[in-house]
Formats: sequence, structure tokens, C-alpha cells
Amino acid sequence: MKSTLFNMVAVLFTITLIASAGVGAVNMITEEPIAAAKQAATTAALQNVLPAFEQNSVSEQEIDGLPIKVYTATSGETVVGYAVESMTKNGFGGAIRMMVGFLPDGNIYNVNVLEQAETPGLGTKMCDEGNALISSIKDKNAFTLEFKVKKDGGELDALTAATISSRAYYDAVARAKEAYLVASGKKQWADGVTSATATVETNEGETAQEGGKDE
Amino acid sequence: MNKLQIVLSGILKNNPTFVLVLGMCPTLGTTTSAINGMGMGVATMAVLIMSNLVISLIKNFIPDKVRIPAFIVVIASFVTIIQMLMQAYVPSLYASLGVFIPLIVVNCIILGRAEAFASKNGPLDSILDGVGIGIGFTLSLTAIGAVREVLGSGAIFGYSLGISDYMPLVFVLAPGAFLVLGYLMVLFNKLAKK
Repeated sequence: MKSTLFNMVAVLFTITLIASAGVGAVNMITEEPIAAAKQAATTAALQNVLPAFEQNSVSEQEIDGLPIKVYTATSGETVVGYAVESMTKNGFGGAIRMMVGFLPDGNIYNVNVLEQAETPGLGTKMCDEGNALISSIKDKNAFTLEFKVKKDGGELDALTAATISSRAYYDAVARAKEAYLVASGKKQWADGVTSATATVETNEGETAQEGGKDE
Repeated sequence: MNKLQIVLSGILKNNPTFVLVLGMCPTLGTTTSAINGMGMGVATMAVLIMSNLVISLIKNFIPDKVRIPAFIVVIASFVTIIQMLMQAYVPSLYASLGVFIPLIVVNCIILGRAEAFASKNGPLDSILDGVGIGIGFTLSLTAIGAVREVLGSGAIFGYSLGISDYMPLVFVLAPGAFLVLGYLMVLFNKLAKK
């Protein structure tokens, strides 16, 4: 078909109009299932990293400019654990998001990697059951752990041939710990944090420095 | 051209990966395992069939000078729709293919078939071409993914063969993608010539 200014504008306008209407319609249909799928994924991750619970409430913090969500799980009146949705940008393949479950006494109950883009066969082992990373922090007390791999003078194991991924993993866990301390009101118990009581803002200021050390 | 031939030509004579050598970016990027390769192939096939159909229907209304932008809008809309549907109904596959789904928009196979086939043929033939090329792409990606998975991580479709510790990891990494693609291309063309 021969091109004139009028028909080019008219055709492109019509096509984009129809296309956007189509995309909009599908968006309206899929909006709910997408939200439901995300919700289901979050619930599954929570159940994976926490002991059995009845309810959870969510609060949000920002550490090093990264959004961190803390889910407080309760059974009746008792708090059974805290699940922190933490992340790091230091992964070998970009951001890593994970859910870290803490018991009220500070023990790490379980870690569930939600999203990662690490090298298949190397860094992706962080998602496997009982890998070197999770087994070196699982059931350990977060207060006494120093989140450093052996190569950096710490005590934690790293994945073979995936030191950068391992560092990033512990970086995210360390950030989860900070958020957990703030959320559970146990900030003053943590090593290296001097002020016993502080407002939320100063807490976050300190956590930014804390997180900074790990990087 | 006979209908069956259109489909078969997409799989063999015009195989997008091994003969036309199109769409190398997702080919190299997603084939770290057989299942990822297959998922990418199927998603691409779905977009290809729908975009071929629509473009062959509207081809007579599109002025020549704006045909590429018009095709891209059609393709991008279908990719977005597929992306939303996958996110809603198969979130696990969506999570594993991640960034490569939006990249289907710039997959040159789709624009290539729109330009070379759908804009010159009727709707039925265009659908069949989409099916053929789509199957060809899916099979090629699955084959590359399977070879890389077996050689690199000692597994096939996620089932470990129990030899993972002895396999050279390089096949899962980027250099391995080029090696496997190259050798499979040689093999495919050698066999296809007979």
C-alpha cells in the first residue's frame, strides 16, 4: 500500500489504539490471578522459613536504600517467629531476593531464596536443599554470627567456585538480621550497636552503616 | 506450497536456529537447561503464531513505510499479553524465564517471519509457518539445552544422572553455549544435507 502522511498516521494510530485496548483488557483479566499467585508464593515462602503459625502482620523498612519487609508470625498471642524478605544487589547476576526466618530467640530457622539470576550450576546451588550456605547458618544464633565467608576471614562456608554469590547471600542475610533486630525490638542486643534505645530513624541510620561494612 | 511442506520447512530446511541462524540471543541465553530452552521455545512459538496471523490479516491496510513499526506494535502487544498470562497462570515457569520473555519482542525470528512470510501470504499459511518455525525453534532450543544440561550439570530435564561432580561446568556457562551451538549446527547441516 502506498504511503501518504495521512494513512501512515491513521494506520499507526489505529493499530496502537487496538493494541493498547487488547493489552489493557488482558491486564484486567490477569490482574487478580497475578496478585493471587504472588500472594501464594509469599505464603509458601513464609511457611517454609517459619514454624507453624496462625497469623502474620507485615511491616516495612528501608536498609541501604533497599526495601525490606518483615512478617511477624503469631500463634494466638505468642510470637512464633519473624520472616524477613531481604535482598542484595551484589549477586553475580544482579539482585538476589530471599526470605529469612528467625525464631524469637534469634536463631535462624530457615532461608528461602525467592529470586536470583546466578550462574546455573554454581551460584544457583544457593536454592538447593541443605547447601553449604544454608547449613552453615541454619539453627545458629544470628546475634553471634559474623556474616563473612572463610575467604574474607569469617567462619561461614561458601559455595564452591561461587564466592561472589556466597558473599551476596550472606549480605542479604545480614541485612535481614538488621531488619529483624529492629522489628523485634532487640536492637540493643546486637553486637556493635551501642545505643540501646533509639527512634526508628536512627536505627535505620545505623543499620545503613552496618550493612555497608558487609559490602 | 503444500500445507505440510510449510510446517516441515520451518523445522528442517528453514530451521531458525541451525539454518537461518536467527534469534541467537535467547538461544544462547536461555538454554542452560532443557526445560528452560523448551519453555522459551514454546513462548516464542505462541507469539509467532499470533503475530503471523494478525500481520497477514492486516497486511493490506499497512502503508509500506510504516510496516516495521506496525509489526513491532503487534508483536509487542502479544508478548505483553503472553507475559501477563504466564505470570498469572504458570508463575514458576515465568520466574525461571524471567527477563527473556519481554525480550521476545526483539527476537529477530518473529520480525523476520512477519516481514518474509506473513506480509506476503494468507492467514492459514502464516499460521502454519508460525507453527513450523515455532516447532523448529523449540526443538533446537530443547536440544541445545539438553546437551548443555547433560554435559554441564549431569542432569536431563532436571533429573540428576548422578554424575554431576564429574562434568565440566563450562557447558552451562556462556562459552559452553557457543561450543554446543556450533557443534550442533555442524551436525544438523551435515545430516540435513543427506
